[in-house]
Amino acid sequence: MLPAPIAMHIPDGFLSVPVSIFFWLITILVVGYALKRVGVDLGERQVPLMGVLAAAIFAGQMLNFAVAGGTSGHLIGAAIATILLGPWAAMLVLTCVVSIQALIFQDGGLLVLGANIFNMAIIAVTVSYMVYRSVQKLAKGQPWGIFVGGFIAAWLSVEAAALATALELALSGTSPANIAIAAMGGIHALIGIGEGLITVGALAFLYATRRDLLKAGEAAPARGNLVWLTGLVLALLLAIASPLASSHPDGLEWVAEQKGFLVSAQSPLFKIIPDYLFPGVSNSTLATILAGILGVLIVFVVALVVATMRRRKTTLEE
Amino acid sequence: MHHSIEVENLTYAYPDGTLALNDISMSIEPGEKVALVGPNGAGKSTLILHLNGILSGKGKVRVCGLDVIKENLGRVRSSVGLVFQSPEDQLFSPTVFDDVAFGPLYQGLPSKEVQERVDEALAAVHMEKYKKRVSHHLSMGEKKRIAIATVLSMNPEVLVLDEPTGGLDPRSRRSLIRLLQELPLTMLVSTHDMLLVRKIFPRMIILDEGRVVADGPTQLLMNNLELLEAHGLERP
Amino acid sequence: MHVHFLDPYHPHDSLIHRFDPRIKLVLTLAFILTNGLIPSGAWPVFILLFALILSVEILSELGVGYVLKRSMLAFPFVLAALPLILTIPGRTMFSLDVGPWTINASYPGLERFISIALKSWISMQAGIVLAASTSFPDLLVAMRAVRIPQLLVSIFGLMWRYLFVLVDEATRLIRARAARSGHSDHPNAKTGGSLSWRARVAGGMAGNLFLRGFERSDRIYMAMVSRGYDGESRSLPFPAIQIANWAILIGGLVILTLLILIAYLFWG
Repeated sequence: MLPAPIAMHIPDGFLSVPVSIFFWLITILVVGYALKRVGVDLGERQVPLMGVLAAAIFAGQMLNFAVAGGTSGHLIGAAIATILLGPWAAMLVLTCVVSIQALIFQDGGLLVLGANIFNMAIIAVTVSYMVYRSVQKLAKGQPWGIFVGGFIAAWLSVEAAALATALELALSGTSPANIAIAAMGGIHALIGIGEGLITVGALAFLYATRRDLLKAGEAAPARGNLVWLTGLVLALLLAIASPLASSHPDGLEWVAEQKGFLVSAQSPLFKIIPDYLFPGVSNSTLATILAGILGVLIVFVVALVVATMRRRKTTLEE
Repeated sequence: MHHSIEVENLTYAYPDGTLALNDISMSIEPGEKVALVGPNGAGKSTLILHLNGILSGKGKVRVCGLDVIKENLGRVRSSVGLVFQSPEDQLFSPTVFDDVAFGPLYQGLPSKEVQERVDEALAAVHMEKYKKRVSHHLSMGEKKRIAIATVLSMNPEVLVLDEPTGGLDPRSRRSLIRLLQELPLTMLVSTHDMLLVRKIFPRMIILDEGRVVADGPTQLLMNNLELLEAHGLERP
Repeated sequence: MHVHFLDPYHPHDSLIHRFDPRIKLVLTLAFILTNGLIPSGAWPVFILLFALILSVEILSELGVGYVLKRSMLAFPFVLAALPLILTIPGRTMFSLDVGPWTINASYPGLERFISIALKSWISMQAGIVLAASTSFPDLLVAMRAVRIPQLLVSIFGLMWRYLFVLVDEATRLIRARAARSGHSDHPNAKTGGSLSWRARVAGGMAGNLFLRGFERSDRIYMAMVSRGYDGESRSLPFPAIQIANWAILIGGLVILTLLILIAYLFWG
């Protein structure tokens, strides 16, 4: 349905204002905390390392591989960042990547940036961490733990982020829950495989060249417990909420309406102007035409002013 | 018998409009060894990228009898081996074997054949013992050789190299020059290294500001000090 | 040296370029928020908002065509809202019988879909104007002004500095791979290798990029330490915002608030 890079970054207008603000609040809290924790864990090395790796992930997303019939898969990067940097630093790095994509390249909106960061930097990272650490524990330090863990972490991180995106769209009344969840969840189940394979490829390269760099993902257990738990909780929540919302789409919209998440068309607050001035022509149409005329006038005047100023500037320069 | 490389009236402009190549024409016979020289920004690297279709401009480019157009790119890339300036950008697999095997693997050859190709390519650059090594840990000179091997494994007809001796210490440089002398392929090399040019390349093309300003025997052009200086070159 | 093909900043000497970046950021966010708050179907308000952003585009001398072309980027995402036409209850537009199912398209659904598409399109243009008319260092100042923590802003700065370097490296990696992606005449050849091999190769390239990133960051750190870096990012205090910019800010916010009020009065 949607090409991979665009499917995850929600543009402005697609999430309702209350949903957008809600996720901004959560994101600010979590990222704020991550900033504090990174200060403690990484020390002075933080800024150059995270800055360059953020750039590397951004550039890394250009590395595509042919899938079939002209489409291509590519890396999103939360899992590999988590394995290389540990969860808190990875959250900051992904926050930067997603923010720059939105601010500079309009890949994702600004008002909905909070939600996009939540999906791609917070959910994807915590779920990756939860999976990777768990698989590592199971493997008891053997190499297969790195690659199997990396693959599953990558796959699950993409799937979780996709489901969260779908739920946010549904909660905002932009997409019906059953279609959104099925579409996002289904497509990203496939995309996640690509992410998994690329992640394994990157891990293989790093395992051969700088094995020591792969240690960071195993943050000292006591420190990483909060993230691990959050990852588990989020994954479970998504796993429960998605099929539920999918089978009761009205339920989600009912919740949304009750909580005022939907900006739906209701009857106007005041009836200042009657609905019809002329038979057959509603005032709504009239207002639209008037607005159109006003709009054209505004643009015309501005264009005129700019043209005059430019002409005056060139005559001054002569 | 076809020309190995044939360029006719090639013109190419960057997205922002600046002209990188301006009506370039040249032809290189099979077996010839030609050096492409000129100051930085002359367009040498840009020209090279046209030879295997990574960039495409106005005009005609033909390699080994094939027009460099979209339909032929697969065969073009098997016939023309391009070795870039920085080995860092070319050695992207975990081991040397993986990097050298990439070309044959992509071509879809059976695995026995892939093994043979890798062995031959590594032998040609005298690095047989490096098969299992990790590319990243090698020295610059070793990396440059492996980079050449990654292209040789596709059995190309023509070898094109961008600054092969750049960044090498004198010993590695000498050994790379010996290697280039040994390889029997048609060769086009873009370089600043005038000593290299004089040693191996009997023909020299001078590029400046996107145009061919001279194309002839190295011995002759090297003696024209004015010409060299006018285009940012020095006599070795 | 050319401007990197990725950098959207186009320096001009327009009114918009000269605005204080902090004001621009706040107004852009306010504009997008306003768009978000307009109820579905309030076409006149959408028209006025579009006229507003169009005027800004003209004032910025960026070229309306350029902005509109870039704004088409998000177009595919519109498909996500398409089902609304079929799922929102209301006056029926048309009805289709497809096998055992009946598909009902409704006017309110269409209205909602178009409203979302318009909101998104108009908001995006504001973002484009902001990015194209404000240099990145100025954007960093604006970020500090809206209270984004210094640590994060420093990371942004370094990311930006090395973004183009790494993108160039990624480009060269892709070219190196393309140069070795050939087609053989061998009878048993299956060009391209397997999907999983291709994905792993792409991964190896990514790993290469990250590794060089790590090592580069080591060198940057050493350079910073040599200049006295101790982990704290310090910068110069902000210049004061000039009166003209305050006026624009207040004027802009007033206009936007008015539009929101009008929208709610008549269509809320």
